[in-house]
Amino acid sequence: MHAIEMRRIVKQFGDVVANDHVDFTAGAGEIHALLGENGAGKSTMMCMLSGVYRPTSGEILLRGEQVRIRSPKDAAKLGVGMVYQNFRLVATLTAAENIVLGERSSFWRGPNWMKNKQREIKGLAEKFGLAFPVDRPIWQLSVGEQQRVEIVKTLYRGAQFIILDEPTSVLTPGEADQLFETLRTMRAEGKTVIVTTHKLKEVMAVADRISVMRKGKMIHTIDKKDTNERELARLMVGKEVVAQRDLPARTPGRTLLEVNRLEVAAEHGRKALDGLSLSIRAGEIVGIAGVAGNGQKELAEVLTGLIPWRRGQIEFDGKPLRNASVRGAIEAGISHVPENRMKSGLAGSLGLVDNLLFKSYRSADRARLGFLRIGRNKAWGQRLVEEFDVRTPGIDTPVQQLSGGNQQKLLFAREIHHDPKLMVAVHPTQGLDVGATEGVHRLLAKLRAEDKSVLLISEDLDEVMQLSDRILVIFGGRIVAELGRGEADREIIGMYMAGLHGAEEEAI
Amino acid sequence: MSKIQAASALPLEPAEAPRRRRFSYRIEIDPSGTRNPWWITPLSILLALVLCGIFIAANGMNPMTVYAKMIKGAFGSSFGITETLVKAIPLLLCGIGVAIAYRISVWNIGAEGQFLVGAVAATAVTIWFPALPIYGTIPLMVVFAIAAGGIWGLLTAIPRTYFQVNELVTSLMLNYVAILLLDYFVFGPWKDPKGFNFPGTPMFNDAQTLPALGDTRLHFGLVFAIVAVVLYGLLVKYTKWGYELRLIGANPEAAKNAGIPIKRHILLVMLISGGLAGLAGMAEVSGVSHRLMYGISPGYGYTAIIVAWLAKLNPIGLVVSAVLFGGLIVGGYSVQTIGLPSSISNMIQGAILFFLIAGGMFGKFRLRRNA
Amino acid sequence: MDTFTQIVIAAISSGTPLLFAALGGILIERSGIIQLGAEGIMLLGAVISCMTFIHTGSLPLALLAVAGISIALGLVHAFMTVTLRANQTVSGLAMTLFGTGLSAYLGKSVAGTPIPGSVPKLDLDFLDGVPFLSDVFGHLNVLTWFSFALVVVLHLFIHRTSWGLHLRAIGDNPATADVMGIRVQTFRYGYVIAGTILIGLAGADMLLAYSPTWTEGMTAGRGWIAVALIIFARWNPVRALLCAYFFGAMDTIGFKIQLIGSEIPSYFLKMIPYVVTILVLMYLGWRSRNKLSGTPQSLGLPYIREQRF
Repeated sequence: MHAIEMRRIVKQFGDVVANDHVDFTAGAGEIHALLGENGAGKSTMMCMLSGVYRPTSGEILLRGEQVRIRSPKDAAKLGVGMVYQNFRLVATLTAAENIVLGERSSFWRGPNWMKNKQREIKGLAEKFGLAFPVDRPIWQLSVGEQQRVEIVKTLYRGAQFIILDEPTSVLTPGEADQLFETLRTMRAEGKTVIVTTHKLKEVMAVADRISVMRKGKMIHTIDKKDTNERELARLMVGKEVVAQRDLPARTPGRTLLEVNRLEVAAEHGRKALDGLSLSIRAGEIVGIAGVAGNGQKELAEVLTGLIPWRRGQIEFDGKPLRNASVRGAIEAGISHVPENRMKSGLAGSLGLVDNLLFKSYRSADRARLGFLRIGRNKAWGQRLVEEFDVRTPGIDTPVQQLSGGNQQKLLFAREIHHDPKLMVAVHPTQGLDVGATEGVHRLLAKLRAEDKSVLLISEDLDEVMQLSDRILVIFGGRIVAELGRGEADREIIGMYMAGLHGAEEEAI
Repeated sequence: MSKIQAASALPLEPAEAPRRRRFSYRIEIDPSGTRNPWWITPLSILLALVLCGIFIAANGMNPMTVYAKMIKGAFGSSFGITETLVKAIPLLLCGIGVAIAYRISVWNIGAEGQFLVGAVAATAVTIWFPALPIYGTIPLMVVFAIAAGGIWGLLTAIPRTYFQVNELVTSLMLNYVAILLLDYFVFGPWKDPKGFNFPGTPMFNDAQTLPALGDTRLHFGLVFAIVAVVLYGLLVKYTKWGYELRLIGANPEAAKNAGIPIKRHILLVMLISGGLAGLAGMAEVSGVSHRLMYGISPGYGYTAIIVAWLAKLNPIGLVVSAVLFGGLIVGGYSVQTIGLPSSISNMIQGAILFFLIAGGMFGKFRLRRNA
Repeated sequence: MDTFTQIVIAAISSGTPLLFAALGGILIERSGIIQLGAEGIMLLGAVISCMTFIHTGSLPLALLAVAGISIALGLVHAFMTVTLRANQTVSGLAMTLFGTGLSAYLGKSVAGTPIPGSVPKLDLDFLDGVPFLSDVFGHLNVLTWFSFALVVVLHLFIHRTSWGLHLRAIGDNPATADVMGIRVQTFRYGYVIAGTILIGLAGADMLLAYSPTWTEGMTAGRGWIAVALIIFARWNPVRALLCAYFFGAMDTIGFKIQLIGSEIPSYFLKMIPYVVTILVLMYLGWRSRNKLSGTPQSLGLPYIREQRF
C-alpha cells in the first residue's frame, strides 16, 4: 500500500491537457522528487493533491483509501499540506498569526493565547531545524524565512503528506542544504515528502525516489540509487542536453557599457545597488547570476532609465548618462525585455500593432505631425509578426489572448526591431516551454552574432551558463565574482551567490 | 477539444469505467472577456426603468404614464427637443472631459465643481470688464472659464500625482468648495442690486451673451460641444498623444517602460478635463441663464459621469448619451406638473449606471455545461 | 461653559455620523472591498429614518427600517463587487448617484417636516458638578454612546478574535485566506452588509440627532469625508474616533469664528472641512511615501479563486 497513490489522472484546462493519464505513487517515510521542466505538469499534479484543482478524471488514494479532495480545506483535513511556489502568506500578519490562520478553535484570542501559540510554534519549528522570528510581520522576513513559515504551517496543521513546489528556486545553495536537512528530519518522522523541481543536482542530493514528467505525461519512476544525472536529464528533456550552447568564438569589440561604483537606494534607507561596477563590450553576452533580490531588478531598471541612481557613473557608447530617462535609454539604443512581460512589457487589452508601437511611435516612420500613420503601421506590424513568427488569430487581437511564447516573440520583435546596441533581458524564458525557450536563446545568440550586446539577468543558472561569454555573480547589490565562459562551475558560482566568497579582491 | 491520448509510460491498472453523471452547469469568467453583446446596454436601461417604475408605483402613479409623459416632454415637441439639446450641451462637454480622464483611469468626479468655477470665472469677466464689445468679451469669457476649470482640475491632479491622494475624494470635496464659492458671489458681492434679493448676478448684456442659433433657445455652445467631440474623436484614435493615453489606460506599468511620463499626462488630462467642464459652465451662463445664479447646475457634472460610462468613452456614444440624458433631465421637469419631484431623473440616472455596470460584467460570464 | 468645551460637544455631535460611517467603511475595506457609496447610503438612511419616524412615530422602527434598506444596499454592492466582480469604484459611485436621486425622490413628501421627537439621552447624574466631563458626557444620546461601544467592540473584534484575524487576512491576501479554509466570498458579503448597516445608521444619526429635518442632499459630502477618514484613521477604529471628532470640530469651528464676529464670509468658513480633508490627505500621502500605509493590500481587487473544475 502506498501512502499516496494517484491513478490515471487527467486534467484539462479548456482545450489544453495539462496532465494526461498520469499515475503517481509515493510512500511513507520517503522523499520523492517529481522532476520535470517548466510546464511539464508537475505543479498541476500536486495542486490536485492539495485541492487547488480538481482532476478531470482519475482517482486519488491516500493510505489505500479513495478520497475526494474538493478544496484546500479538504486536503488539510486529510493531512496534505503544500508549500506553493508563490507563498500563501498574509504579508501584514505575523508569522504566528499566519500559521494559526486556518485554526477554528477559540473565538477570543487575547495576548495570552497568542503567547502560548507562539511558544508552541517555536518548539515545533526548532524540532525540524527551522528558525524564524514568530512575532514579526511576514513582510519583514527574508524569503528563506518566509518559506520556513510556510513549512511550519503545514506541520502545525498536522500534515503527513508534505508537498514543496520548486522550493529551492528562491534559496541560496546554503539555505537549500538547510532545507534538505529539514526534509530528512520529516522523513525520519515517517512523513511523505514530495518535492517538485527541475534541478537535477538537488534531486540527486535529497530524493529517495524520482518520478520524471514530460509534457503532461509520466515518463518514468526510479530509485535514486539506480540512476544518474545524465539519465534523468535525458528523461526530462527527451533528448541529450547540450551543456553549453555552441556560440562561435569571437573577439569582443570595444567597450559599450561601463558602470562604475553605482549606488541605488532601496526602501527603508537600504541600498539596492552598493557600489556596483561592470562593463560590457560590443558583441558579448554577459550573464548576471544571483539569488533573487540581490539587486538584479534595480540593475535592469537603472540601465533602462526607470529609476534614478544616487552615486556612480554610467557610460554608454562613449557618452555618460546624466539622469534616469526611459526615453533617453530607448534613443541611446538600450532595449529592455522586462521581468514580467504581461505586467510591464505588454498591454494585454491592446492589439498587436499597438504593442509593437511602444518604442517606435515617436519616429517619423510611424507618425507624422502628431498623427499616427495607421495604415502604414498596420502593414509594418504585419511584417514584423511574420518575420518573428508570432502566431496570432489577427493583428488586432488583444495580446492577452496569445500564448506566453508568442507574447515573448512579439516583445522581442519590438525590442530587436529598433536596432538596439544593448539588450537588457530579465528572465527572458520564464514560464516558456522548451520550444519557446529555445527560440528566445536563438534570438539572443543572433544578437550577439550581429555585434550587439546582451545583459542577461536570469535566475536560471543553467541558462546563464549556456549563453554567457562572461558570468558576473551579484550579491548584496554588487558584483562579487566574474567567471569566463568555460571556467564557470556551478558549485563556485553557488558559493558566490550565497555570499560565502566575500572578498572582492579575490573575485575580480 | 483536442483528443486525449491514452497510454502513459507505465500503465498500472485499466481505467475505471466512466460513471454516469447528471448534467450540471458551471459559471466561468472569461479571462480576456471582451465580448459584449449589443443588447446588454438597452437591456440595462430597461431594467433600470423597471426598478424606478417600482418606486414610481409606490408613489401611487402609473409608471407607464409617467415615462410616456417624460418622453413626450423631452422629445415630443420642437420645444422639448430644443430644451433637450440645450441640456445636452453641458452634458456633452462635461462628458468628454470625464471620458478623457477615465481613459487613463483617473476618476474625475469633479466635473460639477469645474463646471461651476467655469461659470463663475466667465461671469467675473462680465463684472470686471463690463464694457467690452462682443468679440472681446466672449473669447475672454471662454479663456477665463477654461482656465478656471482647468485649475480646478489640476487641484485634483496635483494631489493625485505628487501626494498619492485618491482623486475621487479630492475632486468631490472640490465640488462642495466650488458650490460655496459660487454661493458667496451670488449672495454677496455680485448680487444684482435690483434683483429683489434673488441670489443671482445682473443679467448679461448682449455682448456678453452667446449668440442664439436661429430663433431657438439653442446657442453657440452647441458649436463648442460639437467641435470638442470631433477633436476628442480624432485625438484619441489617430494621434500619438491618443496612443499614449491608450497605453497608460491599458497598462501604466508598461507605459512607463515605453518612456511615457505618466504624471505629466495625468496633469495635462485633468487640465483639459477641467477646462472642458469649465467651458460648459461658461456656455451655460452666457448661453442659457444669461446670469450667474444660485443652483445653476442640476448636477450636470454628475450626470456626465453616467454619460461617459454609457458611451463607453466613444465619441459618437458620447453624443447619443448626452442627448439621451439631456432628455431625461427635461423629462424630469415635465413630470413636475403631475406632482412628481424632478429628482426622479437623478434616480433613474443612478439606476441606469448600476445596471450598466452589472450588465457589463455579465458579458464576461459564460454558462458552461459540465462535460 | 467655555469655548473649548462647547467645541468638544459640537465636535462629538457632528462627528458621530462621520464616526458611524467611517467604522462601517473600515469593516468593508478591511475585507478588501472599496465602498464609495457612503454618501448615497447615508442619504437613504437619513430619509428612510425620517419617513418612518414621521409616519409611525416610533424611533426603534425608524432604526429598523434603516437597517432594512442598508442590508438591501449592502447586498447589492456585495453582489456587484464580490459575485459579478464589477469595478468597485464605479459601483460605489453608482450607489451614491442612485442614493442621492432616490432619497430626493422619496423625501419630497417629508422635506421640511421636523421629526416628532428625538433620540433619548442618557443622563449621567453622578457626573453633575464635575467640570468638563458633566458638560461633555452628562447628556449624550444613546446613539452616541452606542458609537463609543462600537469603537471598542470593533477594535477588539479586529485585533483580538479569530474572526478579526480572518478579516485582516481576507483584505490583505484573499487567496491565502481561501487556501486556509476561510470562505472569502461569504465573509466579504457579511462585512459589506454589516458595514453598510453602519453607514446607513450614520445617515440616520445625522437626521435624528444632528439636524432633525430632511432636506435634499443634507449630508453635504459627509459620506465622502468619511471615506477620507478611513484613510486618516489607517483602517483602525480607535483612530477613526479621534479623526471623526477632529472633523466634527472642523465642521463647527466655522460657526465659532462667525460668532466671534469675524469678517470672513460664512461661505469660506464652510469650506474648512473640505479643504482640510484635502490637505490632510496630501500630508498623509507625502508622509507615507514608500511605506505601508495600513491599506488592506487587496483593497479594490476582486478575488477570483483559481477555478476548481
